[in-house]
Amino acid sequence: MDWEAIRLSLWLASLTTLVLLIIGLPLAYWLAFSPRPWKFLVEAVVAMPLVLPPTVLGFYLLLAMGPRHPLGRAWERLFGHTLPFSFEGLLIASVLYSLPFMVQPLAAAFASVDRGLIEASWCLGVSRFRTFFRVIAPLSWAGILTGLVLSFAHTLGEFGVVLMVGGNLPGRTRTVSIAIYDQVQAMDYAPAARTAALLLGVSFLVLAFTYALRRHQRKPWTLI
Amino acid sequence: MDAHLTCDAERQFSNGITVEARFEIPGPGFSVTVLFGPSGSGKTTALRLLAGLERAHRGSIHMGGVCWSDAARGIHRPPQNRNLGFLPQAYSLFPHLSVAANLSYGLMLLSHGERSMRVEQLLTLLDLEGLGDRQPGGLSGGEQQRVALGRALAPQPRLLLLDEPLSALDHPSQLRLRKELRELLRTLDIPTVLVTHDRAEALHLGDRLVVMDQGRVCQSGDIQQVFDRPTDPAVARILGVETVVRGRVESVIDGLATVAVGPARILAADPGGLGHQAFVCIRGEDVAVERGCGPGAESTARNRLPARITSLQPEGSLLRIGLDCGFPLEALVTRQACHDLGLTEGDQVCVILKAAAVHLIPHD
Repeated sequence: MDWEAIRLSLWLASLTTLVLLIIGLPLAYWLAFSPRPWKFLVEAVVAMPLVLPPTVLGFYLLLAMGPRHPLGRAWERLFGHTLPFSFEGLLIASVLYSLPFMVQPLAAAFASVDRGLIEASWCLGVSRFRTFFRVIAPLSWAGILTGLVLSFAHTLGEFGVVLMVGGNLPGRTRTVSIAIYDQVQAMDYAPAARTAALLLGVSFLVLAFTYALRRHQRKPWTLI
Repeated sequence: MDAHLTCDAERQFSNGITVEARFEIPGPGFSVTVLFGPSGSGKTTALRLLAGLERAHRGSIHMGGVCWSDAARGIHRPPQNRNLGFLPQAYSLFPHLSVAANLSYGLMLLSHGERSMRVEQLLTLLDLEGLGDRQPGGLSGGEQQRVALGRALAPQPRLLLLDEPLSALDHPSQLRLRKELRELLRTLDIPTVLVTHDRAEALHLGDRLVVMDQGRVCQSGDIQQVFDRPTDPAVARILGVETVVRGRVESVIDGLATVAVGPARILAADPGGLGHQAFVCIRGEDVAVERGCGPGAESTARNRLPARITSLQPEGSLLRIGLDCGFPLEALVTRQACHDLGLTEGDQVCVILKAAAVHLIPHD
């Protein structure tokens, strides 16, 4: 088995999940509670990675990160290297690609918290910010857990975006799914089968664990 | 009246409905102002404007000399900075926190020791001893109501807002808690604004009445004045057809209470929980009128009062007779009966009332 690729995949999935949690909490809060009439546009943008072919997303990311695009040039000036085919580039791509898997369960969970509880908290002098951590987040634990698990598992299994943005550099951008693809291309079925079985087992265990924790929740949950 | 809170605010909803909140409350001590009206009349919205949970589109709200809201100047003080206690209709206890944690939720600024002392005080005050570690889900309706009230009182608010505080309870508990609630509010000595659609609850708990209908404030003022002199038929309809007068309870013997209303004495069934004062409610349909007022033939009716007819007003096949028997009273009789007796304005008659048809609401 390609342990280097497995380690890289786990590291990438962990970092992606962490970044998504930091971005996802405020974004999901805004989506759940903002009264703006044009909110649906943001919702559509967040959900795009669900329907776009990974290659399309990867293609645009590659263009944006490239030396001819202002974003790509700004990054190069700041950090001294280009984004495509680097771990940082891969991380940015993964975050965008898994965005709906974090934001949608969070927003759904926040929106289902009884409005009366939130208002009761405000009337007791507790700020909106603190109300989020003292009432909304604790009552949304199941949605937060789902978002974390789905983001992690989805990043672990991504292929198209990684191939477009990251390439296939051992130790830097070669993830498990690409390692499997390589092994199959080289007719090297035995290691491919072992790695694939590992991914299958990990995915199943993580999802089973999540469902088990949520089994007492009365609301039937949607995956995303 | 030296107004403590002046509210003259309006909110428009996207469906074209406008709700206004226009009333004053005295203060800063004990008083209960009741926002009263049928469902959909905008009472709860008015309360939410006061709480700052709704933003006013027009007008202003001033409390104790501080501006809470002024639409023209773009001022809207959020609920966090209004120092008020709010009891939502559904109680909205935090389901993930224990009773003690619910009570101390608004006490973040206090030290740990002060917090637990205050929680102990509240548990004692509200008769919730020993329930501090319970989860809200395991409490009875009455206990939940008291925890929610305690949570609102914990930060020692300067204004208390109660949205249908008793409506989630069964009827016997409502009757018992009305008395307890008014006594508690009196001990706390802060102004309270209470929303209800229940007339008996309004009469029992309130000092001042704000009658609302279709988003408008129809009338406001002292509760007895509003019941005595509704400004228009809409208010009279909302208040109901009954005569409502304040009386002094003189005695309660064998389940029969004697109440002095002006010069008249009225016997009525004891509803329980009577103190010194009570509202006497009499429905026009329950009042019978006789010619002359002699010592009285034998009858099961306990009340025979001399009265003078002040007005006669047809109402469909019925006739509404306005009477003066030391206090204003209305009787609803058939036209036929009135014709047979030949009743006219100014006639001296005898009013007959069964004690069981006189409804007393304690009000101390």
